[in-house]
Amino acid sequence: MNFSGIPRWVYGLAVVGGLFVLLPLAAMVAKVNWAQFIPLVTSDSSLTALGLSLRTSAASTALCVVLGIPLALVLARRPFRGQRLLRAFVLLPLVLPPVVGGIALLYTFGRQGLLGKSLELAGIQIAFSTTAVVLAQTFVALPFLVVSLEGALRTAGNRYEAVAATLGARPTTILRRVTVPMVLPGLASGAVLSFARSLGEFGATLTFAGSLQGVTRTLPLEIYLQRETDADAAVALSLVLVAVAVIVVGLSYRRPHRADIPAEAAA
Amino acid sequence: MSFHIDATVRARNLDVSLSLGQAETVAILGPNGAGKSTLLSVAAGLVRPDAGSARLGDQVLFNLDGGGRVWTPPHLRGTALLAQEPLLFPHLSVLENVAFGPRSAGASRAESRETARHWLAEVDATEFAGRKPGQLSGGQAQRVAVARALAASPELLLLDEPMSALDIHAAPHLRRLLKRVLSGRRALIITHDVLDALMLADRVIVMEKGRIVEEGATREVFRRPRSQFAAGLAGVNLMTGTVTEEGLRTFATAELPGLHVAGHLDDEAEPGQPGVAAFPPSAVSIFLDAAHGSPRNSFPVAITDLEPHGDHIRVRAGDLAADITPSASAELGLEPGSRVYFVVKATAVQVYAA
Repeated sequence: MNFSGIPRWVYGLAVVGGLFVLLPLAAMVAKVNWAQFIPLVTSDSSLTALGLSLRTSAASTALCVVLGIPLALVLARRPFRGQRLLRAFVLLPLVLPPVVGGIALLYTFGRQGLLGKSLELAGIQIAFSTTAVVLAQTFVALPFLVVSLEGALRTAGNRYEAVAATLGARPTTILRRVTVPMVLPGLASGAVLSFARSLGEFGATLTFAGSLQGVTRTLPLEIYLQRETDADAAVALSLVLVAVAVIVVGLSYRRPHRADIPAEAAA
Repeated sequence: MSFHIDATVRARNLDVSLSLGQAETVAILGPNGAGKSTLLSVAAGLVRPDAGSARLGDQVLFNLDGGGRVWTPPHLRGTALLAQEPLLFPHLSVLENVAFGPRSAGASRAESRETARHWLAEVDATEFAGRKPGQLSGGQAQRVAVARALAASPELLLLDEPMSALDIHAAPHLRRLLKRVLSGRRALIITHDVLDALMLADRVIVMEKGRIVEEGATREVFRRPRSQFAAGLAGVNLMTGTVTEEGLRTFATAELPGLHVAGHLDDEAEPGQPGVAAFPPSAVSIFLDAAHGSPRNSFPVAITDLEPHGDHIRVRAGDLAADITPSASAELGLEPGSRVYFVVKATAVQVYAA
């Protein structure tokens, strides 16, 4: 056995910590009404909610990638005045109660909101639409991608970019062929975390997008609603959500490995 | 078609001016922190100087003088940089790494791969084309890095101690390779190795504290070093001062007061000129008492270090060194801190203008 340097009592506390996470999940599984499980999770409203959740989470993950890569680059690569402040604000949604985020979004994109008024004049309504769901999820999930990617960028340093520049590559070419491929593992795990966070988003969505079946009622909202009337359905759907989350996180934490990235992917 | 740079970087105390001919390779020597790497970074466009200008052929690299604000970004300069570490892109195959430069310059995929194969063949690395950089040894990776830099067809090649991270078996191979590919090319190479300078460079520049303190043809600099650093590389003792009729009046240093060194005056050395006195460590004998009787020099010194040097012992006293036999060392009972006299015959001392 290799020397680990960990005191024995740490293992004890680690077991307690593991149980703290696993026990509630086990308790929930024990409550599942297996006889009715399939009909419960394949009901119209359940499938609609699950489909909406997956679609909006995918969309908000894409939005997180598009907005998060530039943010992470700006924060990681060159110091500037107000950088700490910018970082603090980008990370704010991590500690903000989601319902507060929802209210903030409502006052931005809502009918009477800062941008909403102008958008309304242009015939665009965002609040209480599927777009609002995506925005709410992006708002809460963006910090996960930025934090993860900024760390990867800092670790990688910019020496490879410097070499690429002296070899004649334009800044955009460097970003596409050197920077992004080199931090792909960090980007992937950031995207997975963002997706998982989007999938579980509840408070900001309810506040900013409401709970319209097929339009804004995602799986967490459906579960909350069902809990009032049909506890068995709520438990069954919860299990589905847990399963989806476990699959997504499990798959992508195994995948990223530098040597596996095909050479042509970045060419 | 020449290269000229004139740059000041205040934050790093760099202030240099140098020119390179069409196909000239110049070695930059100097202690750590002398600003050698900063100079290369400025030439490559990775560090922006506070003032100065640079020109490569008919292209202005930068011009920050007299209200000028011309700045050519690195990718448009044609100055490929080869660092201590190969820095091959880990996610690209060896072939794609070498094809990176031509591809960035707008060549088609097929053309750039053709160019890459040509340069891989030039550095004897064709067999690695399909591998990932992680599967190469340090020496192999550095050869591929050389091919990658050359494939970008740079007007000026910048090499920052390309051999220093290699083990002693890989370095000679790369040195031979560089000798081959650098002939007929314009290049600046930073090195700590006399052998690199002698084999690869037409001319050397010695930098100390951000300034060029000595420059000249490689052989001439090592035959008649004028800076303490070049003297160290050439393996001779060097004292600086003012030329006199019979030798040199030295400037006082931390170890020695100003004193007169008797020596053989070079034909061109005129009394009153700034000059240097040089003598090999093998010409120095060590005595416990001041030796009298001219024509000899006797310097009172305190020994700082003793180290093995071939079958002799090198005795260091500050900047001065003496090579003596182990038996002589034992007889004298030398150890760091001992106060002794370094004695050297006047005929062994060369005095020439600095």
